[in-house]
Amino acid sequence: MRGGSLWQLGQSMTRRLAQSDKKAVSRRCFASDADLKKTALYDFHVAHGGKMVPFAGWSMPIQYKDSIMDSTVNCRVNGSLFDVAHMCGLSLKGKDCVPFLETLVVADVAGLAPGTGSLTVFTNEKGGAIDDSVITKVTDEHIYLVVNAGCRDKDLAHIEEHMKAFKSKGGDVSWHIHDERSLLALQGPLAAPVLQHLTKEDLSKLYFGQFQILDINGSTCFLTRTGYTGEDGFEISVPSEHAVDLAKAILEKSEGKVRLTGLGARDSLRLEAGLCLYGNDMEQHISPVEAGLTWAIGKRRRAEGGFLGADVILKQLQDGPTIRRVGFFSSGPPARSHSEVHDESGNKIGEITSGGFSPNLKKNIAMGYVKSGQHKNGTKVKILVRGKPYEGNITKMPFVATKYYKPS
Amino acid sequence: SFQKVIFYGTKEKKKANLPNPFLVKSSSSIIIIRRSVSALTLSTSLSVTVVFCALRSPRTKKMAARFLWASRAASHLRISIAQRGFSSVVLKDLKYAESHEWVKIDGNKATFGITDHAQDHLGDVVYVELPDLGRSVSQGESFGAVESVKATSDINSPVSGKVVEVNEVLSESPGLVNTSPYEEGWIIKVELSDAGEVEKLMDSDKYSKFCEEEDAKH
Repeated sequence: MRGGSLWQLGQSMTRRLAQSDKKAVSRRCFASDADLKKTALYDFHVAHGGKMVPFAGWSMPIQYKDSIMDSTVNCRVNGSLFDVAHMCGLSLKGKDCVPFLETLVVADVAGLAPGTGSLTVFTNEKGGAIDDSVITKVTDEHIYLVVNAGCRDKDLAHIEEHMKAFKSKGGDVSWHIHDERSLLALQGPLAAPVLQHLTKEDLSKLYFGQFQILDINGSTCFLTRTGYTGEDGFEISVPSEHAVDLAKAILEKSEGKVRLTGLGARDSLRLEAGLCLYGNDMEQHISPVEAGLTWAIGKRRRAEGGFLGADVILKQLQDGPTIRRVGFFSSGPPARSHSEVHDESGNKIGEITSGGFSPNLKKNIAMGYVKSGQHKNGTKVKILVRGKPYEGNITKMPFVATKYYKPS
Repeated sequence: SFQKVIFYGTKEKKKANLPNPFLVKSSSSIIIIRRSVSALTLSTSLSVTVVFCALRSPRTKKMAARFLWASRAASHLRISIAQRGFSSVVLKDLKYAESHEWVKIDGNKATFGITDHAQDHLGDVVYVELPDLGRSVSQGESFGAVESVKATSDINSPVSGKVVEVNEVLSESPGLVNTSPYEEGWIIKVELSDAGEVEKLMDSDKYSKFCEEEDAKH
């Protein structure tokens, strides 16, 4: 199954409700349950009423007993606990791990203070995105990064290939893939208060993008104050044998307000936060500049380059990209991936890459790419859904204001 | 007239206001079924609420007996009861299509919508695409769509005919399809063009089995 395509995943939920010859049911790659990988929390999910679906080769909960809408709203009001152990965490170590990583990503890794991190993009020779990732410089000789589950094989092969070449020239870098750890994401207003009960370290000093290795609920965890929902929250890498205990402890300490939340709500939340879903809003042929991630390209990197596809990207920075990622509001049915975007005269100006109904805003939201020049906020468009045009307009993102914990 | 019937399993025997009184024996089970039926089969509107609750001290024999009793009660009331494991509501008076639409026939008019099983699998409905009035529909063909947060599903017409009424309320409140799939969540009404087509549809028992088989496969 195509990694990152939660829309197709959703299609699989309707099963025979849809015409099997027309809908994504036939497009979906069927992995038999026996072939799907399970996270450390699999039984825990099932015990809590999780509806398990195949996702990027894993059996993951798309939702629990509450609906995706309720779950999404609950995250922003109280909090959510996500099992993201399917994502791939790895550490790069060695004297040269920083310059090595800089050949592959657009971030100014050298410029990161120890214990801080950022969202970045792995690029290919054409300047397109191989994957997006949250990287953290733990120390000058240790980088911790997390990549998408659907891109795991591709990313690891890419990193390994370049690492071999780098080492053959005398570079000192090695890696360790953290399959012994599970990643949990705790997001929402209650994330910090709840997690504080489980650790002695003062979390009020850990700001957005910062990293710490500390004891949580009795085990050594990698803690990053980050997330993919737009809310304040954490991603906690815990040894897999303690994952269930940690999940239980978090749910108990919140007295039921923080709920286990599935991938369905996670997709709605990231869409509301205007964040890209790799495989939908970002792909091999789309550059970080086109995707609106110019801010992720370090200033020094914009001058020096030194990453794959730098020539293409630097030129786009100079001349401006030909297409840009924008947000949309629309009437009628929610605009979904691959819906065409037309200007008021009916000329095609772009395409939607992901969209849906926002449970928090109670309106349709979408993101997609339009030709540069047509991308200004307020531009009226027509979006074709199932062949019929519906009124829409371009808007800035995030759709729901973010609440990252930053120093005032 | 409106008649509410509630069956309690308590230490005392309780009689219900029905032609055949139903006696319930001890233990703490409460059985309540709810459903409304139109004036087609009964001269009065009957609302009965039946819900299965967990027994505090389950004894399988008693449970089986109570279940059998409940089935008899239910069949007297002309309703299907939820089998353990398959918990959607299936109404006896309606006909069903394999694509999970229900039909209520009233002379030469048919009302349809999607079943409880369908709305449960779909999730929160956020949009219903309704057809234009006067449009003709054919059995088995799509005439509209139901969208949830995560998926879109075609609605297929269980019978052929001409659209005479659409449920405009769904434009404002698409969630009615979830909360009341058989009543307020009705989608369209058509004038039948071929009453014989109704024979091709499933009755409630067949549909219940169909749903169980489908769920078992996944």
